[in-house]
Amino acid sequence: MHECTCNPGFMRDTLIPMVGIITDIREETPDVKTFRVNAPGGGKLFEHMPGQCAMVCAPGVGEAMFSITSSPTNKEYQEFSIKRCGVLTEYLHSMQVGDEIMVRGPYGNHFPVETELKGKNLLFIAGGIAIAPLRSVINYVLDNREDYGEIDILYGSRSMDDLVQRKEIEEVWSKIPGVNVHLTIDREQEGWDGHVGFVPSYLKELAFDTNRTALLCGPPIMIKFCLQGLKEMGFANEQVYTTLELRMKCGVGKCGRCNIGTKYVCKDGPVFRFDEIDELPNEY
Amino acid sequence: MQELILRAKELLESGEVVRVLGWRKGEHVYDPEPAFFNSAEALKEFVYNGFCGANLSKYMIEASKLEGKTLVFLKPCDTYSFNQLLAEHRVDREKAYIIGVGCKGKLKIENIKADGILDVEGAGYPDCSEMLTVKTLYGDVQVSYKDAMLERCHVCKGKAHKIYDEQIGESADTLDADRFAEVERIEKMSPEEKFAFFQNELSKCIRCNACRNVCPACSCRKCVFDSTKFDSAQKANATSFEEKMFHIIRAFHVAGRCTDCGECSRVCPQGIPLHLFNRKFIKDINNLYGEYQAGTDVDAKAPLVSFTQEDAEPSIVAERG
Amino acid sequence: MYKIKKTDLPKLYEAIARTQELYLPVSSAGKTNFAPWTENIQPDIDTLKTVRSPKDVFFPQCENLYTVTREEGKMKITPETLERENFVIFGIRACDVRALAVLDKVFLSDPMDSYYAARREHGVIVSLACGRPDVSCFCGTFGIDCAKPEGDVATWLYGEYLYWQPQTPKGEKLTASLEKLLEEGEETAVEEAKAAIRAICDKLPLKDLSLEKWGAEAAKNNFDSPLWEELYKGCLACGTCTFVCPTCQCYDIKDYNTGNGVQRYRCWDSCMYSDFTMMAHGNNRTSQMQRFRQRFMHKLAYFPANNQGMFSCVGCGRCVDKCPSHLNIVKVIKAFGKEEN
Repeated sequence: MHECTCNPGFMRDTLIPMVGIITDIREETPDVKTFRVNAPGGGKLFEHMPGQCAMVCAPGVGEAMFSITSSPTNKEYQEFSIKRCGVLTEYLHSMQVGDEIMVRGPYGNHFPVETELKGKNLLFIAGGIAIAPLRSVINYVLDNREDYGEIDILYGSRSMDDLVQRKEIEEVWSKIPGVNVHLTIDREQEGWDGHVGFVPSYLKELAFDTNRTALLCGPPIMIKFCLQGLKEMGFANEQVYTTLELRMKCGVGKCGRCNIGTKYVCKDGPVFRFDEIDELPNEY
Repeated sequence: MQELILRAKELLESGEVVRVLGWRKGEHVYDPEPAFFNSAEALKEFVYNGFCGANLSKYMIEASKLEGKTLVFLKPCDTYSFNQLLAEHRVDREKAYIIGVGCKGKLKIENIKADGILDVEGAGYPDCSEMLTVKTLYGDVQVSYKDAMLERCHVCKGKAHKIYDEQIGESADTLDADRFAEVERIEKMSPEEKFAFFQNELSKCIRCNACRNVCPACSCRKCVFDSTKFDSAQKANATSFEEKMFHIIRAFHVAGRCTDCGECSRVCPQGIPLHLFNRKFIKDINNLYGEYQAGTDVDAKAPLVSFTQEDAEPSIVAERG
Repeated sequence: MYKIKKTDLPKLYEAIARTQELYLPVSSAGKTNFAPWTENIQPDIDTLKTVRSPKDVFFPQCENLYTVTREEGKMKITPETLERENFVIFGIRACDVRALAVLDKVFLSDPMDSYYAARREHGVIVSLACGRPDVSCFCGTFGIDCAKPEGDVATWLYGEYLYWQPQTPKGEKLTASLEKLLEEGEETAVEEAKAAIRAICDKLPLKDLSLEKWGAEAAKNNFDSPLWEELYKGCLACGTCTFVCPTCQCYDIKDYNTGNGVQRYRCWDSCMYSDFTMMAHGNNRTSQMQRFRQRFMHKLAYFPANNQGMFSCVGCGRCVDKCPSHLNIVKVIKAFGKEEN
């Protein structure tokens, strides 16, 4: 249908999605679910790199960009951790295992796991649902453990019920040698004997040395104060990575809405180093 | 014009107002833009001439949210819009210092059928003349002021400002046409002819929303067409929506509140005579409920929102066809 | 060089339209816009500027991308068929031809937009020199010569004739198919036509419009300027400038439920609209000043920064003519030009 007879070079347009099947749904928190997606014949819909995103679409409802939370080292499926907060996510949360969904991607750049991050000590800092993009890198790094140094994961959320991927964090990540997990929740809660306090203040308490690269994802306010904290500890902008998120429609830098200055978050991002962000106009 | 600037400076300097809402000089005589002036110095760019058609009333919605009073220049017909906004509690009377500015009819550059217009002599206030000398890249032409006027000025509502703190400048009643003549002409058409007429006009629509955004009656904080819950959303599946829904829904939404200020037709990039929809409603309201002009009086009861035993039955529409 | 009598143009249109779709400027309800040729239309190649630019022949205001249906309980995605027939667009001006080169930068860059690419591939462009440039024109600022437009065929209206010059193999092919209607034209006549046009261009009020303060560097320099607060105030937040612009290419993707399936379509969008960047969790451009700034920064700074200095404006002047508040790119360019920073 789509191919033009006189242009054998024409590929299926990137705007046209593939059909995927939801093969598992995990209720992570009261408003976050993790969806596992497979190709209809089994296996993955496509290959991706840690930090990349994909458009998840429900016909008649909408389409939006989500980070792929599973690691590319997972050869069986892809996962999306999605928080219920708008029209589309509300609909996605009503879906069942076995339902069909449309996906297109992968889009954007990725964390430089094969270059700049290789051989480094890594400090992951995440708040709330923002563990989603970092989980992809964390699992990639853990599956290629020998390529990286010491790993610290600082993760916080409003309450212990809002910690996404808690099972994996406690049962897998914490048990790997050379991996230190630091969890925190905003306020005291019965049944929680871990750290209490906001992520930025816990970060200061932990007082990391600067012999590491930080990967920072979270709500804007958390990013602001964590970045401030990291700078006080002596971290340079070049040592800190984050991901940005803006409204997107095409995913390939053409629909014109997710730019910050000259950069399109969909295609030049979502991963940015803070020295790159410093160069951009303050409009994100 | 100098008189307006002098008075504005006085009011700014006395502290009576903190800003002035008027028109700023453009590249040419015919492209002044609505603008706020915050200082006497800034007023050197103020202009008032025959091309200041823009109705500034709607800008007063935003100005009403600012600290202090805004001096606003309103032409006689603009004051109807201001009153209507006042009646709907969308502007704050206390935040406005209104100078009713004289008007002798406003011009539309597109009505001057000439290429390469560099200047239009005779369009300056207060001495606008009966004939305009149009300087163009391709020679000079003479055009009568009346021929270059906006449609709304041919059906002028009169010289009186309906609300003001003071008045400056003389006005002229430019009425020289029957306001409802075109509506009556269309009413006489067969349903097929009517449909063809409007389809032909509305198929030009590019859904730029200029008519809605300029309309003083369209002052909803969030327009129904911008709602994500409205399936045939604002940019939607083009042609049939424009032709059959958007403008008609809009006309219903402003019915009884539209003052017939004519801004919708003035701004339409495709020259669609959008005022005809509103004028049809006005004509019907006049016929069914008695003469009514929105914006004449802030305290007047609007016919579509006040019930009386004598009101026309809805079935009249069915009977009339 | 070929020519055809102006009075014979209807025959030319008919001959082209016999074998393929022909788009040309057509007058309807008092305005001229590009439309397909049919027997009953009123062609109008004398009007300098169509209200809408011809971009929607290649990038329509609204187009279906694909349809999703259910068949035997399974979701089925059927992509829209791409353009596969050749067509001709006649009477497109030099600025609008260049605008296609701007759109190409967006749509033909990797990953190529196949819907647009197919139309570009199949479209034959017959351009028309501007006999009577207008005061809002400033194509010269972008190095465009309205006396010698680009395109597969360039044409000039001069005296009693339309002069016709094929400029590409596609243009040669179209010319060959119209051989019987065209006669040998004189180069000298076209040179006279060009000289006359250039003489007018020398008198245009915007001929010296300077872009000195713009380009890639402006991406940093102009963003935080206090001028934006001054410049945007009259903006109504309508989309007139974006929708008449030949280079504006922002689009939205939406769903339309037909009752037995969902059509996913794309339509023009405007960075001037308040919901343009709105997400469930917030909006990074909450004021009209930010949206206004985005439009001009995109055209005059971000686009050149990303495309080897090419501006995303061709000086057609449509926004100058059409903005309801008389705000426009010329006023923005000049305001920054005046600044001593």
